[in-house]
Amino acid sequence: MKDDKARDQQAQLAPAEAARRRFLAGVAGAAGVALAPGVLLYGVAGAKAPDAPVTDQVRWGLLIDTTKCATECDACVTACKTENGWGQNEVRSRPDQRAHWIRKLTVKDRSSGHVMSMPMMCQHCETAPCADVCPTGASFRRIDGIVLVDKHICIGCRYCMMACPYKARSFIHENLEGQKPYAPRGKGTVESCTLCVHRVDAGEQPACVVACNRDGHKAMVFGDLRDPNSEISKVIRARGSTQVRADLQLNPGVQYQGF
Amino acid sequence: MSKIRFTTIEGRSPGFYALIGVLGVFLLGAAFAWHTMETEGHWVTGMSNQVIWGTPHIFAVFLIVAASGALNTASVSSVFQRAEYKPMARLSALLAIALLVGGLAILVLDLGRPDRLIVAMTYYNFKSIFAWNIFLYTGFMAVVAIYLWMMMDRNMTAFARPAGIAAFTWRIILTTGTGSIFGFLIARDALGTALLAPMFVIMSFSYGTAIFLLVLVAAYRWTGRPLGDAAVLRVKNLLSVFVISVFYFVLVYHLTNLYFTAKHDVEAFLLLDGGPVTQAFWWVQIGLGTVVPLALFWSPWTKDSIAAAIAGAILVIVGGFGQMYVTIIGSQLYPLELFPGKEISSDFFDGVVGHYAPSSYELLLGLGGVALSLLIVVLALKVLPFIPERLDDAEEGAS
Repeated sequence: MKDDKARDQQAQLAPAEAARRRFLAGVAGAAGVALAPGVLLYGVAGAKAPDAPVTDQVRWGLLIDTTKCATECDACVTACKTENGWGQNEVRSRPDQRAHWIRKLTVKDRSSGHVMSMPMMCQHCETAPCADVCPTGASFRRIDGIVLVDKHICIGCRYCMMACPYKARSFIHENLEGQKPYAPRGKGTVESCTLCVHRVDAGEQPACVVACNRDGHKAMVFGDLRDPNSEISKVIRARGSTQVRADLQLNPGVQYQGF
Repeated sequence: MSKIRFTTIEGRSPGFYALIGVLGVFLLGAAFAWHTMETEGHWVTGMSNQVIWGTPHIFAVFLIVAASGALNTASVSSVFQRAEYKPMARLSALLAIALLVGGLAILVLDLGRPDRLIVAMTYYNFKSIFAWNIFLYTGFMAVVAIYLWMMMDRNMTAFARPAGIAAFTWRIILTTGTGSIFGFLIARDALGTALLAPMFVIMSFSYGTAIFLLVLVAAYRWTGRPLGDAAVLRVKNLLSVFVISVFYFVLVYHLTNLYFTAKHDVEAFLLLDGGPVTQAFWWVQIGLGTVVPLALFWSPWTKDSIAAAIAGAILVIVGGFGQMYVTIIGSQLYPLELFPGKEISSDFFDGVVGHYAPSSYELLLGLGGVALSLLIVVLALKVLPFIPERLDDAEEGAS
């Protein structure tokens, strides 16, 4: 019914009016062509407006190719330290007390002697044991898959650290200064890799991924695991992926290739 | 049938004030330790990002587990209606509350942010066994307090048994919860088993009864009240059954692990080459905490000796601390297996056995919790009638 009505109105328009409408449609089309790449980029990167809610339409993930990751390279670790401000300002803590948001892990097969290198950080599990055991709910998983610590309600019980199978979390053992405004850190609370949530929400890639692709060996791909057309989904579909401690069935968002 | 007369202790002797003074010194020490840890941060402790829970947790978990067990005597009296335990029931319930308060105080003061205790009480994640335990602990104190009231108020004694049954049920659930804090951890090879829940329940029976025996003897001897051998030996016999029960659970735990090839490495660490963990297991937990007390409790030469019963109870407590060390510290010193069967290394101590040396601050905090528990008992005995005037054999036979 509505369509019929619209057609009737179109038929009654004066020729001049029809020409004006065609002109406007043309302008709109040209503007669309000009703006489309930006809109397209915006859509792929998934940046959200500051006040827009997080959505479960995406699941952020990270794919690491251990065959490309070089033993001597620590570009991802350095970038994470610089971006999130850890690794420099713990002056009183012993080495075993200092925070590690990301670390390079060397894995050697006992029988064959095969050695591989890889970055290890919070694996952003779908069923995160840290979030399960946290008494206050400070450890939580955003619906887009990023596991975080709410620094306002973390009481520093460290139960999450006991529960994490990846040793991904650190407790802050001393008073800190010089924190980054977007990466709050403080004595007596637990912290870990945030997947650079402040960058991801702004449509950028995590600092480690940028560094790996710029200074490293292009071993990391970041993207939306839910989007079948994202690069990460395509690579995983083509070549498969493995999860560390897959036997625990935590379905981490960080996945690996090469072992 | 003679009536049991419960009275307060006089609490005016130099010895009483000396005891209060000594406990006060320990509390001051703990306050100093906590203040330092709170202002400086945990870098002053031996804890780290490898050994996350340290000596304060050994003390706290021991006291919380023992608190539940200290209620044994009252439970045997009220739930299983054994009249001979009734005179000791009030002290048993008092000790249960006191030990729990001491243990919880340590746990709270060791938090990274103890100032956020209100957060722990207002934000709950009900999937967390820790959150359940917050309710179980506070509820236990309330239930046992009501139980004490029913026992002590002449008009309410009819409700003592239902209250006793409620307290008994609650403490079983409570210690199941405490054991599950460790049992629910998939990450740690030495933990993550359902066996830990019943094992903690039976451990609570053992530790709590040992502490009860010592407090009973001290309360009577130090106040010059008559205490018959039969009362002490009865508690000792109960304790010996609990010690052998704990050993049974330990045996089943290790035998099961030894059967699983995947657990061979962690078992080798605990039983053979774990350094201080292995030594604590064999010498403290098994030797001092199990074999020697059982020999003292059962050998024909010492089974009727009060001194042997006291020595045995002390050793059960020492062994309990050893068991806590093996369970809590040992499970963390053993590295996480990110790639089972492969060797891993990093600058974050992956793949290597951890190191833990407790600092004096941690010890002071832990001892302060014990002192707090004892101080509560001593002051309560002075204020309210928790113990009978006499507990000698003739009196017991009559009641």
